[in-house]
Amino acid sequence: MAERERRLTRPFGGVFVPRTQVMDADDLRRATWRMAHEIIEANGGVDDVVLVGLQTGGVPLAERLQAALLEIEGVEVPAGRLDVAFHRDDIGLRPVLPEAPTDVPFPIDGAVVVLVDDVLFTGRTIRAALDALTSFGRPRAVQLAVMIDRGHRELPIRPDYVGKNLPTRKDEAVDVHDDGVDLGEVVK
Amino acid sequence: MTDLLSITDLERGDIERLLDLTDRFAEISTRQIPKVPALRGKTVVSLFYEDSTRTRLSFETAAKRLSADTMNFSVSTSSVKKGESLRDTAQTIEAMGIDCVIVRHKSSGVPWQLTRWVDASVVNAGDGWHEHPTQALLDCYTIRQQRGSLDGMHIAIVGDVKHSRVARSDIWAFTKLGATVTVVAPPTLLPPAVGAYPVQVSHDIESVLPTVDAVYLLRMQRERMTEALLPSLREYTATYGLTRRRAELLRDDALVMHPGPINRGVEIDPDIADEQRSVIVDQVRNGVSVRMAVLFLLLGSGTELHTPTDALQEASA
Amino acid sequence: MTAPTLVIKGGRLVDATGVRTGDVVVGDDGSILAVGPDLDAPRVLDARGCVVSPGFVDVHTHLREPGKEEAETIETGARGAAAGGYTCILAMPNTTPAIDSAGVAREVLELGRKAPCDVRTSAAITVGRAGEQLAPMAELAALGVRFFTDDGTGVQDTRLMRRAMEYASALDVVLAQHCEDDALAAGGHMHEGEWSSRLGIAGQPAEAEELMVMRDIALARLTRARIHFQHLSTDGSVAMVRAAKAGGMAVSCEATTHHFTLTDERCSTYDPVFKVNPPLRTAADVAAVRSGLADGTIDCIATDHAPHTPDTKEQPFDEAPPGMLGLETALALALTELDLAIEEVVGLLSWRPAQLLGVADRHGGPIIEGRRANLCVFDPEQEWTVDPSTMHSRSRNTPYAGRRVRGRVRHTLLEGEPVFLDGEATR
Repeated sequence: MAERERRLTRPFGGVFVPRTQVMDADDLRRATWRMAHEIIEANGGVDDVVLVGLQTGGVPLAERLQAALLEIEGVEVPAGRLDVAFHRDDIGLRPVLPEAPTDVPFPIDGAVVVLVDDVLFTGRTIRAALDALTSFGRPRAVQLAVMIDRGHRELPIRPDYVGKNLPTRKDEAVDVHDDGVDLGEVVK
Repeated sequence: MTDLLSITDLERGDIERLLDLTDRFAEISTRQIPKVPALRGKTVVSLFYEDSTRTRLSFETAAKRLSADTMNFSVSTSSVKKGESLRDTAQTIEAMGIDCVIVRHKSSGVPWQLTRWVDASVVNAGDGWHEHPTQALLDCYTIRQQRGSLDGMHIAIVGDVKHSRVARSDIWAFTKLGATVTVVAPPTLLPPAVGAYPVQVSHDIESVLPTVDAVYLLRMQRERMTEALLPSLREYTATYGLTRRRAELLRDDALVMHPGPINRGVEIDPDIADEQRSVIVDQVRNGVSVRMAVLFLLLGSGTELHTPTDALQEASA
Repeated sequence: MTAPTLVIKGGRLVDATGVRTGDVVVGDDGSILAVGPDLDAPRVLDARGCVVSPGFVDVHTHLREPGKEEAETIETGARGAAAGGYTCILAMPNTTPAIDSAGVAREVLELGRKAPCDVRTSAAITVGRAGEQLAPMAELAALGVRFFTDDGTGVQDTRLMRRAMEYASALDVVLAQHCEDDALAAGGHMHEGEWSSRLGIAGQPAEAEELMVMRDIALARLTRARIHFQHLSTDGSVAMVRAAKAGGMAVSCEATTHHFTLTDERCSTYDPVFKVNPPLRTAADVAAVRSGLADGTIDCIATDHAPHTPDTKEQPFDEAPPGMLGLETALALALTELDLAIEEVVGLLSWRPAQLLGVADRHGGPIIEGRRANLCVFDPEQEWTVDPSTMHSRSRNTPYAGRRVRGRVRHTLLEGEPVFLDGEATR
């Protein structure tokens, strides 16, 4: 599961213990397919659309969406990876280190940037991502695709494309991986 | 450890982690707006008693790319009064609530003395003959860029090792990362008790060059002539300079390095410095990225520059 | 008829005759009236658990007056000396102006008259300590100056040193040398070796001292003069003095407490409090100094007390002046660090330097009826932590700050008067 998720959930930096499976591999596949269609429909095609997966949980999902869009529209949409560590609002409050490379090797001026992440929670990571995007250029629009929206927003951020809405308690944790999605806890 | 004073304070793992982190910072400089808010609200002061536009600018750029505020105290602008005791200057800075002091001084040890009087993080940008840790880090980063790792490499450091803080920091850094080092210099330009360093010593540059993966040239200063350390610059170049003829003794893939500024025609033949295998320009570029990594680690990451090995083992257990 | 004023009761008496118990009665004329068991007097100084010894004699103190009174004055230096158990100190001549004439010497002696310690003065060998021209030694000797040195620097010119030795041999004085060959030592701020190399600080090799020791022994042989070497710090120097003494030469020498306690490794914090001339040396040199003190090669312990104001010591290492305080910590360090019997330690601090200086008529004991009451009462077991802020010096540059040591002065009597009483200065 994403380091970030693990670190944001009490007790910080523990181990994830799954309790229930909320999506299996097929559910994931179907949701990805549906989201890809929604992206195409909302933007009237994939012209000017680029994907930016947030490290680390959003990157595999961005790759899957890219593959799905290729199958549906026959176009390889540019996909980049973004680590938002340097833009986080909790630098100085807790240990922060970038986990993985940032690689956005295409221009985003005037593009429709679809940010992709595995789990949407407080919204702070997305705010950091929006801030990061400003160093790369000025998109025409920014949209947000997440596999799981688990609620508990602390900022006015909302997703455009959602795999599944999952009500959770704040002390619970969600793990999105290749074979599905689990709900559980983080323990020290 | 809230300061970066000396390479000898760091273990191999610390250096490698810092170099890994540097890749993340190198990327920032490629963005359209090469700036992140990571150190927003932090103040970084350059306290340069020795003039060095290059190093100072490199640190300032690094700080600014992390959105830190920068200030400049330099003797040349008279903001540091001549004769003012080091402690008084330190306390003035401390009173301003500064987060980080980057200090360069002609006297060895000044950064250590500063840590006694300021709470701010102290970064050693070069103290006397003693150390220049960020230079060594960017040198290691540059070599890693070319070779992936320093393990097993043989590196020659040529020139005035005795008076060189760059040489000392590099000797510690290169050997900690697994390279073997040979210093090449006339006996008068070797440090006393050179046997206490983990290096080989040679006075014959031509026998060493074919065996190295990288040759690191030190700047030869004209002042050394007056101290009777060398008969003349010409004799130095004749015996130790990297001339065109000697450069041919190097392996094809050997790197040519220099901390700058270069004395063309003294320690190195003018055109060799610009050749393909010379990574001197990369060194300068990498300086900003490495310094960003250092500043972020000290001021923003909430983690330690030096993690004692037993703490690491505990964490992964 | 002298009347008894006080009695030092219950102590262990240590002097050149050995160790014994007894009380000491002091008279109003400043002399020792009686020594024996169960004595009485109007005033009692408690010495139970303590050693009563002759007051210590320092042959090497920098009092900074005239010229650098902000660092120390004769009065404050003498007060610190009394706190350290000293009843006699020898001022070094590297003041401003230097003590190279009768006028300046008289001024120093006058300033010392009311001090809580017997202040004697040395004088320079050369005018202005410039190493070019002999100072008026006979005129100074007539004033009572017995000790000549250019301390702070050594006499570089070999021919001049030979002349000084020849000239001095007709006078009853001691020529002393601060051994430092400028050509080799120039630009060195600490001992040249592994540590100076690692720390990036220019060093001076042991040979800078040893060359001059070697030279002066040769000159002393040539001129048949006597020579005293100040603050010897290297194993080579100690070995040469040992050999010269074995050969019957009139050579003497001193060593400082820091040279038998600290090594050059201490400079690794770059704190200029550890900067001193001659510099702190290696462990092997420290061991050689300790052996020299134990086997009599080194005649006495000197402090080379060298006060410097805090702001001068808060400069970069290579810019700070060399020198450390020493008067108030000498006894404790000698007791804590040297593996010697108490009478040997006391001897190195009192009667042996007294003999060297020619003040044995008043200082250095023995503690018997009729002698001057210049005494020190100290507790050899009392442990304490060195704290610069409680020292009597105007300056704070002690390298032992925070160090736990054993041995503390309780009372110091100067000519019968307690100038240091129950751990406090009385004047």
